[in-house]
Amino acid sequence: MKKNSFKAWLYLLPAILFLGIFMVYPLVDVLIYSLEEGYNSASQTSTGVGLYNFSYVLRDPFFLQALKNTFLLVIITVPLSTVLSLLIAYGLSSIKKLRELFQTVYFLPYVTNTLAVGLVFMILFKKTPYSDGMVNALIHLFGGEGVDFITGPYWAKMFVLCFYTIWVVMPFKILILTSALASVNPNYQKAARVDGASGTKIFFKITLPMISPTLFYLIITGFIGAFKAYSDSVALFGTNLNAAGMNTIVGYVYDMLYGEGGGYPSFASAAALILFLIIFTITCVNLIIRRKKVVF
Amino acid sequence: MRVVLEHLTKRFPNRNRKIKTEVVAVSDFNFEIPDGKLIGLLGPSGCGKSTALNLICGLETPTEGKVIFGDEDVTGLPPDKRGVGMVFQNYALYPHLTARQNIIFPLTNLKGAEKLTREEMNARAEKVAALVQITELLERKPGEMSGGQQQRVAIARALVKTPRVLLLDEPLSNLDARLRLQTREEIRKIQRETKVTTIFVTHDQEEAMSISDLIIVMKKGVVQQFGAPQEVYDDPANLFVAQFLGTPAINTFDAEVKDGRLYIGGAAVLDVPGARDGKVYAAVRPEGFIPDPDGPFESALERIEIMGRDTTVISSHPDCANVTVRSIVSSENRIDTASPSVRFRLKPFKVFLYDRDTEERIRFGTGD
Repeated sequence: MKKNSFKAWLYLLPAILFLGIFMVYPLVDVLIYSLEEGYNSASQTSTGVGLYNFSYVLRDPFFLQALKNTFLLVIITVPLSTVLSLLIAYGLSSIKKLRELFQTVYFLPYVTNTLAVGLVFMILFKKTPYSDGMVNALIHLFGGEGVDFITGPYWAKMFVLCFYTIWVVMPFKILILTSALASVNPNYQKAARVDGASGTKIFFKITLPMISPTLFYLIITGFIGAFKAYSDSVALFGTNLNAAGMNTIVGYVYDMLYGEGGGYPSFASAAALILFLIIFTITCVNLIIRRKKVVF
Repeated sequence: MRVVLEHLTKRFPNRNRKIKTEVVAVSDFNFEIPDGKLIGLLGPSGCGKSTALNLICGLETPTEGKVIFGDEDVTGLPPDKRGVGMVFQNYALYPHLTARQNIIFPLTNLKGAEKLTREEMNARAEKVAALVQITELLERKPGEMSGGQQQRVAIARALVKTPRVLLLDEPLSNLDARLRLQTREEIRKIQRETKVTTIFVTHDQEEAMSISDLIIVMKKGVVQQFGAPQEVYDDPANLFVAQFLGTPAINTFDAEVKDGRLYIGGAAVLDVPGARDGKVYAAVRPEGFIPDPDGPFESALERIEIMGRDTTVISSHPDCANVTVRSIVSSENRIDTASPSVRFRLKPFKVFLYDRDTEERIRFGTGD
């Protein structure tokens, strides 16, 4: 028994070492940085220990802007992308012809590089000296007033960001939901048909509860993913996100470390910890709801 | 409710798209199921039994033909408009709902004048739950019930709308041997009490024979024989039915008819007046052998199995299509196990002759 346990630790050692060096140590370090006031990265000295970094970050208008952007992004994209994916997955599992073709088409964005997708969105939305972008061309066609989506009003920029995020996260969700729907035994739907339930009722009362574990998994990972959004914003609005007013919390952390006004690991750490607390809370709430709603 | 099938046919396109021919799952079904009977639809796996059941249920639409309940043609109606209850092979109980919610589910779909209040629904559910004896399980979820209990819930759900026809797809296949015996009695009892016309599908001939009023034997989508279990057993219309019904299976021999006598391995074993000369298959039920030291049928004795009430004599014969010849004799007959061979007389009404090519029955007079 003793020998076995020694061997077990030996096998676990590489993983523990790697996780310790690259995960646990940085996490502890972030916590320490966030509590050191007036830390100077050149001299590696600080003036004291306290919560000043947190209060600074929470009063920083750039952070508050990033917080607002991130929350909007989460609240808009997670429900919308999940519902849309569910509809598409349901549609995909209901058709027989061309199903594989559509599955491939819907999965394509997943294997496409984020920045390449960003380029496509530029063509769609960006105003250049030569064109107003395809979407504006369409709006003009129907007699509307063109909008500058990339450098224009806040709602337009937010719309593009949400559009982009939804478009990028959907393939994975569709994939997972299609396989979840396929794994529901068709006998349940048949039984419900014999029981006289309508198509909508079968979907909401039978099929949906059966795939609810998968749905909750997607919602939780969706929340986490959206809270950690950054690259999407960069792909659309460039690296100076604060100037564009489209920064996210992760973007703020990055800027605090390496950005133009950067070099403040303490503020970055404090912001990172705030983000961690937000995600942690939301995930806990999700799990509590899940325990109540998902029955098997 | 009387169920009439008229030229009912279902053809599916072949799964392999390169093969253009269609698969005929159900071919030209024509029969009438009398009201209030328990019918066993019997056949080997993949013979189209379940498709036939789905056609009656309305989950599949027939390629040709009609389904008639009573005097009403229901061919074009969806399942819920036909007034059928169905129990699926894996029961298909909704796992996220309790037994009560499962049973109530069909009632919640009623519309218009038929609409029930919560109390009425609960009353109906409790009544039907009492019938299948699951009253104390109503608040449990399917995952917390045994296979037998789940099945009762499934039957209760099928019965709660008081269907005109109850359909059961392999109702006993997911149960263990002991529960199977018990449940089939249970199904018989519930059917007697509710008097609902019931059709159940099975590949187990013993199951079908033991509880059905009538059995339908199917092979490759075609009805082979339709009748009371004992009739079909005593008078199988073709070699397939003869071989499919009965445990142990019927013994089939390559035989020949010459001058009104049946020859197996050169010995004249039975007078078969009226049968024409030629090569035939002779099928002999295990209980058709009478041990007789002077009997005309001789086979090499391998061993005997003593069951108490009767004895199974296992012997071999070069012309037998089965691995061994199994004959069941009364245990009062003492078989000499030391002897290398055993001799029998054959009971004429336990011997059936079949054409070598068509496998259809060749009838002969029994001499009386």
